[in-house]
Amino acid sequence: MNVTLEHLTKVFPSRDRKVKQGTVAVNDFSFEIPDGELVGLLGPSGCGKSTALYLICGLEKPTSGRIYFGEDDVTDLPPENRGVGLVFQNYALYPHLTVRQNILFPLQNLKGEERPSKEEMLRKAEEAARLVQIEQYMDRKPSQLSGGQQQRVAIARALVKTPRILLLDEPLSNLDARLRLQTREEIRRIQRETGVTTIFVTHDQEEAMSITDRIIVMKEGIVHQIGAPQLVYDDPVNLFVAKFLGNPPINVFTGRVAGGRLYLGEDPVLEVSGAPEGEVWAGIRPEGFRLREDGPMGCTLRAVEVMGRDMSVLAAHPACDTPTFRAIIDSDSRVDRKSQEVRFSLRPAKVFLFSKETEERIPAILRGEEGR
Amino acid sequence: MEQRNGKAWLYLLPAILFLGLFMVYPLIDVFVYSAEEGYNSASQTYFGAGLYNFSYVLHDAYFLQAVKNTFILVIITVPVSTALALLISLGLSSIKPLRNLYQTIYFLPYVTNTLAVGLVFMILFKKTAYTDGLVNLILHWFGGNTVDFIDGPHWAKMFVLCFYTVWVVLPFKILILTSALASVKQDYYNAARIDGTSSLRTFTRITLPMISPMISYLIITGFIGAFKAYSDAVALFGTDLNAAEMNTIVGYVYDMLYGNSGGWPSYASAAAVILFAIVLTITCVNLLVSKKHVYY
Amino acid sequence: MSHQTELQSIERAARNRRILKKSFTYLMLTLWAALVLFPFYWMVLSSLKSYSAYNAEYVPKFFTLSPTLQNYADAFTTVSLGRYFLNTLIFTVVTTALMLIVITLAAFAFARLSFRGRDLVFSLFLALMMIPNELVIITNFVTITDWGLRNTFAGLILPSVTSVFYIYLLRENFAQVPDELYYAAKVDGTSDFKYLWKVLIPICRPTLITVVILKVIECWNSYVWPRLITDREARFLVSNGIQEIRENGFGRENIPAMMAAVVAISLPLIVLFLIFRKKVMEGVSRGGTKG
Repeated sequence: MNVTLEHLTKVFPSRDRKVKQGTVAVNDFSFEIPDGELVGLLGPSGCGKSTALYLICGLEKPTSGRIYFGEDDVTDLPPENRGVGLVFQNYALYPHLTVRQNILFPLQNLKGEERPSKEEMLRKAEEAARLVQIEQYMDRKPSQLSGGQQQRVAIARALVKTPRILLLDEPLSNLDARLRLQTREEIRRIQRETGVTTIFVTHDQEEAMSITDRIIVMKEGIVHQIGAPQLVYDDPVNLFVAKFLGNPPINVFTGRVAGGRLYLGEDPVLEVSGAPEGEVWAGIRPEGFRLREDGPMGCTLRAVEVMGRDMSVLAAHPACDTPTFRAIIDSDSRVDRKSQEVRFSLRPAKVFLFSKETEERIPAILRGEEGR
Repeated sequence: MEQRNGKAWLYLLPAILFLGLFMVYPLIDVFVYSAEEGYNSASQTYFGAGLYNFSYVLHDAYFLQAVKNTFILVIITVPVSTALALLISLGLSSIKPLRNLYQTIYFLPYVTNTLAVGLVFMILFKKTAYTDGLVNLILHWFGGNTVDFIDGPHWAKMFVLCFYTVWVVLPFKILILTSALASVKQDYYNAARIDGTSSLRTFTRITLPMISPMISYLIITGFIGAFKAYSDAVALFGTDLNAAEMNTIVGYVYDMLYGNSGGWPSYASAAAVILFAIVLTITCVNLLVSKKHVYY
Repeated sequence: MSHQTELQSIERAARNRRILKKSFTYLMLTLWAALVLFPFYWMVLSSLKSYSAYNAEYVPKFFTLSPTLQNYADAFTTVSLGRYFLNTLIFTVVTTALMLIVITLAAFAFARLSFRGRDLVFSLFLALMMIPNELVIITNFVTITDWGLRNTFAGLILPSVTSVFYIYLLRENFAQVPDELYYAAKVDGTSDFKYLWKVLIPICRPTLITVVILKVIECWNSYVWPRLITDREARFLVSNGIQEIRENGFGRENIPAMMAAVVAISLPLIVLFLIFRKKVMEGVSRGGTKG
């Protein structure tokens, strides 16, 4: 089932009666999610991503705009008629019911011909439990399960009535680091096995990048970019997206385009075409630096951290937005730790230019000096 | 450390003194009184120890009337007030505008003087030579027969007493249940909505189990409170409750102790001990039942 | 297309159901609100009708066009309502103040000080919570009578200056204050008493306020004990006063004056409640039952 949003907007009326203007939680969303994909809705806390999820499942009514599931306009349809499964951030498992009763709960709500027989219900519940691998805990109460197991029960409960769309609200945020890694693989597997169109909300870019087919990056109610994780990472449309994706984060410098060259401070680092002359933001991914004794970019060496496979060099540059920036280089490279200075050349594909005013990406072509 | 010990007891001294004097000693004493046969506070004499006081009280027509009244009151008001409070709280928690206003209004009876407002109820229900009273007027509109609810038949008086009692105890129950309902996380309801749970099923399968500890608490305290009913009856029917056939067990205790028929602390004690035994039994039964049905 | 119309009819049905449910809820709530407010309205209304006007109404009127304050004047002059008020005020203030001292000291001892037998004594205290007032009031009545304290404030006040429940409530609150604060105070050479006064009490003020509110409501409305212990009008509290007015007051049938007295008696607590609405409701839900 593909999901289409058309100019979807949600404004929450302001609490303070004096302020007429409400909070715009979701601002003019228009995009389509193809059938069977696992999509991550990604953004910092309070950016309206949970609201977007609640709009899709029908717990909130949009202020304007339409929502389609396939051909059906579901905008005004109550949630129970939409055929969605939702996994809540804190699971919302009924504490007084056993795991089996929890999973059975949605089935027991069905009426008329939709309602399966008792045996059929039990069979479906078993099946859902097997899918998420909790069949041995069916008679326990949620409080007797670990966080990860509760999460699985919540997924089983959402899946048991074979929803058209599965929604997950921050599914990993309540788990510890190790479980998080494991559970996200699990979500990927379950989604693959069932083939259900799945949307999950997260503020953790790594989580979103690692398992999704597609990410939607949003901030303050506005969608900034949609695409496959790697594509978005390699081709961010603006400074916010560039900053939000990637760990360690991108380094931001004040640059200047003059005479077909990009200058960082006084250092002419790359050749550039297609960019207007003047000041720009230059974003450089940590892996965009190469250690070169004759490199064009002279920096002050601050610290070197060896992290096994890679090495992280902390250095300072007058044009950098932050006191130090971070470069990730092969651990084969030699850095003279006693030296005060370190010189880099840049990989053109890892450098993005953004407008100083709008912070939008400047579609410039960058070339390395050595490429000549 | 020794010195600390002494100081701690010093801090406790007032509390221990007062409690000892006005709670522990009387507690023991009440059993002693109840066993002293024929004690008379005027002559301060008694002529033996035994169960005679209990036997006297249990054969006293006034006491039996009081027990009957109290039981009727308990059996009617506890379920009615709890159910009504639950309904009102459910309504309250499902609305947003005006909620605070309703809550404030509903709480008002809690802060009013039972005796004073009881007078208003009396006037509303009473039939006098000058007027039939407002309630009778309304009854008349609907084609009913007028009844004197204050000096009339027993069932009518019982009705007013129950009505007033419910009116008085509801604020507390509504308050407790509204906050219990508010503490049920919205996510559970959202989850239920997405699964298409009907309102009735949401109520019986989610809401009710989740607030069951509070309901059980209200039922237990409701039973205890209703068994101790007294001032509501005084407010409506005056201090001579025996004459009005509207006495309660607690009222009987006080009447035995003081007033026109007073001066018999032994009988009062025996009645108080019987009341205590009844309340204790009912509370234990309540606890046992709730253990089976309450989810914690 | 029929599929789409089907969806629309589901939408419409859901919307109608919602509206119907909302209206019914409001109707029910308003009905109950009216039932709660009506006695208050009626007492104010009756208190504003003149004696002759009231008695001339065989069918009571729901409003009055000639309100009078004469009844209030009567209520304060014909019977000693002012005296009852003053008595109740003294009773309430003194009882509450004494109780605060007693329970604070006890709660402090249980929460902060360590002494041999503390847990045992505390359990005994808790056990006392189960004892109904009705069981001990008989002996207390005899005690106070024997001491010759009938019709005195001391007799009224003394039996109600401790409350096991409030000691318990306060102890729980004191115990939540981190130990570090106590040790820090000890290191600075603060005495136990000063620590209680300067640190614990300010921190636990909300609980103390709760206790005060509950106690004030209890005192203002108390009826049974004052009735047993006072038979001279000079020491009546408002509850006994109103009962006295009812039985021997303005001549049995002066209902408007009686209602004026009822309004006067009810007003202080209602005003107090409306001012401290949040606090009162919070306090009651934490630890109050009526009766």
